Amino acid sequence: MAKKDLIDLSYYPGCSLKTTARENNASLIYLFEHLGYNLIELEDWNCCGSSSAHSVDTELAFDLASRNLSLAPLDRPLLVACPSCLLRLRSAYLHLEEDQRARRHYEKMWAKPFDPKLQIMHFFEFLSQIDLLAYSRDRIRRLEGLRFVPYYGCMLARPPIMRHEKNYFGLMEKILANLGAKPEKWSFSSRCCGTFLTVARPEVVEPMVNEIIQGAINARADCIVTACAMCHMNLEVRCSLKDKVPILHFSEIISLALGIGKSEYKGWFSRHLVDPKPLLKALDLF
Amino acid sequence: MNPKPNTIPAEIVNLNQTDSGFAGEVTRRSGVEINKCWHCQSCAGGCPFVRAMDYPPNRVIRMVQLGLRKEALESSGIWICVGCNTCSIQCPNCIDIAAVNDALRQMAMAEGVVVAEPNILNFHQAVLQSIQRHGRTHKLEVMLRYKLKKHDWFSDMAVGMKMFAKRKLELLPSKSKNIAEIRKLFDQKSTA
Repeated sequence: MAKKDLIDLSYYPGCSLKTTARENNASLIYLFEHLGYNLIELEDWNCCGSSSAHSVDTELAFDLASRNLSLAPLDRPLLVACPSCLLRLRSAYLHLEEDQRARRHYEKMWAKPFDPKLQIMHFFEFLSQIDLLAYSRDRIRRLEGLRFVPYYGCMLARPPIMRHEKNYFGLMEKILANLGAKPEKWSFSSRCCGTFLTVARPEVVEPMVNEIIQGAINARADCIVTACAMCHMNLEVRCSLKDKVPILHFSEIISLALGIGKSEYKGWFSRHLVDPKPLLKALDLF
Repeated sequence: MNPKPNTIPAEIVNLNQTDSGFAGEVTRRSGVEINKCWHCQSCAGGCPFVRAMDYPPNRVIRMVQLGLRKEALESSGIWICVGCNTCSIQCPNCIDIAAVNDALRQMAMAEGVVVAEPNILNFHQAVLQSIQRHGRTHKLEVMLRYKLKKHDWFSDMAVGMKMFAKRKLELLPSKSKNIAEIRKLFDQKSTA
């Protein structure tokens, strides 16, 4: 299904983007098409194992992640949308690269050799190499007047299992400022959202999320921009403050800034629990 | 003047019964050199969940160093840890504390000790069952299985309804096709 004049990339959406955060998925695919890339969903992908597999069974976590690696065509990079999936997939890759026993296990499981040529990248890495203003319709800085705080959550950090590779803190500020928005300073950009404790220990997560949202309010931000679909959901569902702040996926706000996808917006923003439409209308973005 | 009675206060750990092989076992399983920890407590200071834990992360590491097997494996901290890696990024010695917690959790399960946070284990199992059935996680099913086991249908209804109204909880799962291949990964596992 190669589209004309577009460069093909393999694409791993992950379970959240495929279901609960479908607006994140749609806006990302849309954005990449505008940038000249065709995201081809990885054929028959499975869950990366999420937080649960490595919590209780390291071997299963490795197998679940490496099945996805075995499915990826080698002639194009594998783009990953979810920071948590990226962590699982890339740590499996690094383990394979360094451990001969793991490679033998992989070959036995998937009946093919592991090829370290496979490039696995988060979409942030991709965007960091592009001047997005060049893609803005009429080169307008549409986000002029918007104050935001960036929320990276914890998964874009590079812990020991990621060999402390380069991380992308600061990228959202750089890109969105270039498109006219004003990043505000705050202390919560890499605070964990609580992930699965939102189910098992909601009373622990609620005050944490409230602290984060209150931080955004205190910074006088109009909205929070998230890097991760899981964070997006937790920040929306666990906030019990009277004052709320709209929370936008990074892929959504870039599409808005570039002036693309006007007919698509409705399907994205109707899925938000905190309605961002009044804010976007006030800025003439919607 | 009478000398003070030589009793051990309850909050002081008893070092009379320690397991000298424990630290080695955890090191082998986690691949992490536990003895690099010098207890600066950066991890404890940075952990966003430390208030919900019985022991802060470095104290669990101390227990491992001292061979306090039962205390470490039965601590709630190892289950509360979500693996956000805030601690391991702040650790001056690059100790992968989340990986240590993975190892301790799995040892706790293998040894059948008291799981301090049964609801969290229940949640992980619900997720893995969903992956085993569909190859992917189905959030609605995970929630229903979790609640079924917890015998709790009514907490969090408001959040569930809000998500449902916004179509964020799908009725049907997204599925992998070669489900037989995925189920094979779960065969002979005790975790799911």
